[in-house]
Amino acid sequence: MVPAAATAASLNCALFHRQGGLNRATRGLQWTKKQCTRKPGPAIITAKFELKPPPYPLNALEPHMSKDTLEYHWGKHHRAYVDNLNKQIVGTELDSMPLEDVVIVTYNKGDMLPAFNNAAQAWNHEFFWGCMKPGGGGKPSGELLQLIERDFGSFEKFVEEFKSAAATQFGSGWAWLVYKANRLDVENAVNPRPLEEDKKLVVVKSSNAVNPLVWDYSPLLTIDVWEHAYYLDFQNRRPDYISTFMEKLVSWEAASARLEVAKAQAAEREKEQRKRDEAEDIQGSEAVEMYVDGETEDSGAD
Amino acid sequence: MALRSLVTRKNLPSAFKAATGLGQLRGLQTFSLPDLPYDYGALEPAISGEIMQLHHQKHHQTYITNYNKALEQLNDAIEKGDSAAVVKLQSAIKFNGGGHVNHSIFWKNLAPVREGGGELPHGSLGWAIDADFGSLEKLIQLMNAEGAALQGSGWVWLALDKELKKLVVETTANQDPLVTKGPTLVPLLGIDVWEHAYYLQYKNVRPDYLKNIWKVMNWKYASEVYAKECPSS
Repeated sequence: MVPAAATAASLNCALFHRQGGLNRATRGLQWTKKQCTRKPGPAIITAKFELKPPPYPLNALEPHMSKDTLEYHWGKHHRAYVDNLNKQIVGTELDSMPLEDVVIVTYNKGDMLPAFNNAAQAWNHEFFWGCMKPGGGGKPSGELLQLIERDFGSFEKFVEEFKSAAATQFGSGWAWLVYKANRLDVENAVNPRPLEEDKKLVVVKSSNAVNPLVWDYSPLLTIDVWEHAYYLDFQNRRPDYISTFMEKLVSWEAASARLEVAKAQAAEREKEQRKRDEAEDIQGSEAVEMYVDGETEDSGAD
Repeated sequence: MALRSLVTRKNLPSAFKAATGLGQLRGLQTFSLPDLPYDYGALEPAISGEIMQLHHQKHHQTYITNYNKALEQLNDAIEKGDSAAVVKLQSAIKFNGGGHVNHSIFWKNLAPVREGGGELPHGSLGWAIDADFGSLEKLIQLMNAEGAALQGSGWVWLALDKELKKLVVETTANQDPLVTKGPTLVPLLGIDVWEHAYYLQYKNVRPDYLKNIWKVMNWKYASEVYAKECPSS
């Protein structure tokens, strides 16, 4: 009961935070700058990020992922990312932003600001715990399975590609299944007239703390391939860890839920883009009219 | 042009040799795991025997295996003139070849206490450290700070810039060898800060690993390399 509710709540939060994405982030930046002038009166309540526990007890993934691993991975590594992030952003404009916005702002288009590592790793690990469940594994169903079969050829081919990405990420990093919408394959370009075919599932890998939020993708599933994620249980045998993750740990329910959120966000964005386009069109025609009137009437603007 | 039409796949190597004298170049050397100059448990308690064995027999060996494989594929691609394949192989070579280069140095950087591990540097290297960092303590502090702050996987190095004749501290990411930070840099000491180098023993507490590794640091080796590059000081 509780784990499901927790997942749903955090997904709703994700939806709320993601709406507007970068626009919201920059708006937030300006807004909080004004707020930061120190006035006498009640103290400004700053949003400290919390270390939320995984949606299952630390021993619940045994024997595939040991309690020891969870105790260190969540209790030490993840906790340190959250604690250090809070220390880094306290009193700055980042302090009252949602975590996803902090990630995107501090990514700074690749020229990462100091808080990026902790912010992104805090986000990545919270996401990662939600990608696993006791008794996980198996196959997805419904629309997620349909899209996987459409975009990879078959579920087996997807698994192969995902495992290969995870195994060949040199050094530390992550492998992801993402939902990609409205993007051209050109950095920072946004497709203004997306077709249904542009929206698809893709496997990507990232190094160190980087995650697909910074590429404007919607993550559905991830595996942590930093050595600390598997060394106690598998030592150097990363491929065994990856196979175990796919066969025994992965939560396809969580991935399907994220797909729904991602599609809703994409639809919302398209609606907003259409509204903006319509507003621009109207403005355009008004301007032409004003110019014509200005010639014959005294517009008072001189 | 005429030569090409005379040449079939079979006699290509000998024709090549005759025409260009480059036959020797295509003899492919394979690499093998260097022996550790001490037992796996000899660096305890600074570094556990379990870690040393995994690190040497599994991690380093895997880099060598994959390096050899990549070189063989590169050789094929060069012979076929497949430029796309040549370029595609570069990251595997950098990663696995770098892993082999770096770890080969690393084993020599460490020594059991009874063989001089941890003994402070004397002579020309000692003076150079004082000159370039103020003191050995300051150097160790700097390297530990850099090592702890390194995000993800990589190495922290004490290097000699042989052009400027100066000691520097550098870090490299993943398995990038020191030379990727500058062609004039010579590695004197490297500390592996990949998690596999310390996790089983120190878990997430990388700073403790960095503090303890100096107890088995082989300054003798570093001094020898330094003296060779800077003969009279």
